[in-house]
Amino acid sequence: MTALISLSGINKTYASYHALRDVSLDIGAGEFFSLLGPSGCGKTTLLRTIAGFETPETGHLRIDGRDMLRVPANKRPTNMVFQSYAIFPHLSVAENVGFGLRRSGDNRAEKAARIDEALGMVGLSGYGDRAAHALSGGQRQRVALARALILKPKVLLLDEPLSALDKKMREQMQSELRRLQRQVGITFVLVTHDQEEALIMSDRIAVMFEGAIAQVDTPQGIYRAPRSQQVAAFIGMMNFLPGTVRSDGGQLLADIAGLGTIPLPGDLAATARLGAAQFGLRPESLSIMFGSDPLPTGLFSDGTVAERAYYGDMTYYDIDLPGGASPVTCSMKNLLSRPVLEPGSAVRVAWEPGALSLFQDV
Amino acid sequence: MAKDGQAGESRTGLLLVAPPLVYAVALLAGPMAMILLFSFWTQDFLDIDTTLTLNNYREAFRDPIYRELMGRSVWIAGVVTAVTVVLAFPVAYFISFHVAPRRKALWIFLVTIPFWTSYLVRVFLWKVILGFNGVLNTSLMGLGVIEEPLTVILYNLNAVVITLAHAYAPFAILPIFVALERIDRSLLEAARDLGDSALRAFWRVTLPLAMPGVVAASLIVFIPTIGDYVTPRLVGGPGGLMIANMIQTQFLRLDNAPMGATLAVLAMLSVGAIALVFVLLNRRFLKGRG
Repeated sequence: MTALISLSGINKTYASYHALRDVSLDIGAGEFFSLLGPSGCGKTTLLRTIAGFETPETGHLRIDGRDMLRVPANKRPTNMVFQSYAIFPHLSVAENVGFGLRRSGDNRAEKAARIDEALGMVGLSGYGDRAAHALSGGQRQRVALARALILKPKVLLLDEPLSALDKKMREQMQSELRRLQRQVGITFVLVTHDQEEALIMSDRIAVMFEGAIAQVDTPQGIYRAPRSQQVAAFIGMMNFLPGTVRSDGGQLLADIAGLGTIPLPGDLAATARLGAAQFGLRPESLSIMFGSDPLPTGLFSDGTVAERAYYGDMTYYDIDLPGGASPVTCSMKNLLSRPVLEPGSAVRVAWEPGALSLFQDV
Repeated sequence: MAKDGQAGESRTGLLLVAPPLVYAVALLAGPMAMILLFSFWTQDFLDIDTTLTLNNYREAFRDPIYRELMGRSVWIAGVVTAVTVVLAFPVAYFISFHVAPRRKALWIFLVTIPFWTSYLVRVFLWKVILGFNGVLNTSLMGLGVIEEPLTVILYNLNAVVITLAHAYAPFAILPIFVALERIDRSLLEAARDLGDSALRAFWRVTLPLAMPGVVAASLIVFIPTIGDYVTPRLVGGPGGLMIANMIQTQFLRLDNAPMGATLAVLAMLSVGAIALVFVLLNRRFLKGRG
């Protein structure tokens, strides 16, 4: 993969606040890349640095091999969809979409054709003459997209573009954005605080905390092998179980509160250190044994249901395990053959040692 | 019940609005009606002939002095408005875009400081500055820039424009500032992002969006300026007199109240016509904001 955008050693501070800490990152051509993190983690500052609205104190930014930090925003091969969409209220939809078309495209008919094409691409054909202020939130966003894509940038930057939409609309726009990205083949860099959105849409994700990048990986990589407890807690749901790693006759053993002692799985043993550890287990890696289910092939523990949350397709159970520090959460698909258990029910929980994560980052 | 409640509420509303309404009718509409009535009467040597006639209007249109004073008033007010708005815009822009948010209130406060002194004092001040032996002339002569005192800066139109433009500056700064404050800054970033230079972004985004403020500022400066009578009287000299001075002369010196009333009505109509143009302009600019 050749890097289209290459950031190295980027630092940015506001007064006493360190917004970006030594950020280095390569984003490939044609990638759908997400910057994911809680609010205030620096993801928007990083996006604005790429766009040219923030100037870092140190570091380099190259886009398509060209040094960019001294290039003003209006001369960069990037375009942005703003969080507020920034639709010009005094212009019509067509004037908004055509705002960036230079006088080089002086040919009016050609300009109009390009605007029509861009509006068609985002499903707003025939809206050109509307006043921009008369549009709904979803339509504004489409105008913002068309306005940026019409200029055929090398990189499209999206600053939390879906956060202002309601859930249904957001889901629709998520798949539409993916479709658009495949269709135009432009590199998309998306800023979001919504981990689900990042997982659904991205080719790769950079997880950021406090101005620094914690992990860059594919959605599966981030979800399955979070590199730190912080990343694991931010992406999806994770049970953290205190325990220790010890050596017994050359074999590494894990004592896990509530789950007992097991030989440490091979992939974890490679990097494990002796001593205290936190073990991570996703709710879907734990399952409650129902009478009709076949006998477990993995390991199991007995416990009691402390709490349950019914989601329609799934039920999440908090289960007290003897010797456990706190209840573990277990998600079960609701099948017709499975009753929804009440708190207090005694259950047997099976789990897969292969799904364990190990954190010793303290 | 609901209807009763509503009626009760509107009754309360009327009650609340009554005192200022009485006040406005008694002190504004009443005199206005009197002026209008007077303008159709005529002065008959010692007393007033109350036959309704258009003679005053005919004379006002026939006598070139009235036409010239009216035209001059509109011209001066126009120039003052243009100068004031053009000078006020950069100040408002600076406060809105370049002053730290927590300092803005302080800056606006500083802008209003000239109001702490009386209007009359400020006009006299300009007399001191612009006079034949005034601050400006003596400084320039002391510096050797000029040989003898400039006479083009006092007792003529220029002096009126300078004095009024200074007096109304805060009135122009405030509405423009408010309009600039309301502009979503991401719009300017979007313009830059889409390839505009800073200047082009200003021209294509900032200025159009600030127009409601500019129009409001123009109106606020224009309307009182056209009827101003203290400034032309004190610094205008014979060539700088305006319609309001003539109205005063008609009422007090020539003892021709009907003619004065006619001129006042005509002045009001001109202001009304011009203000209407501004309002229509503003409606155009405000279209699309909501």
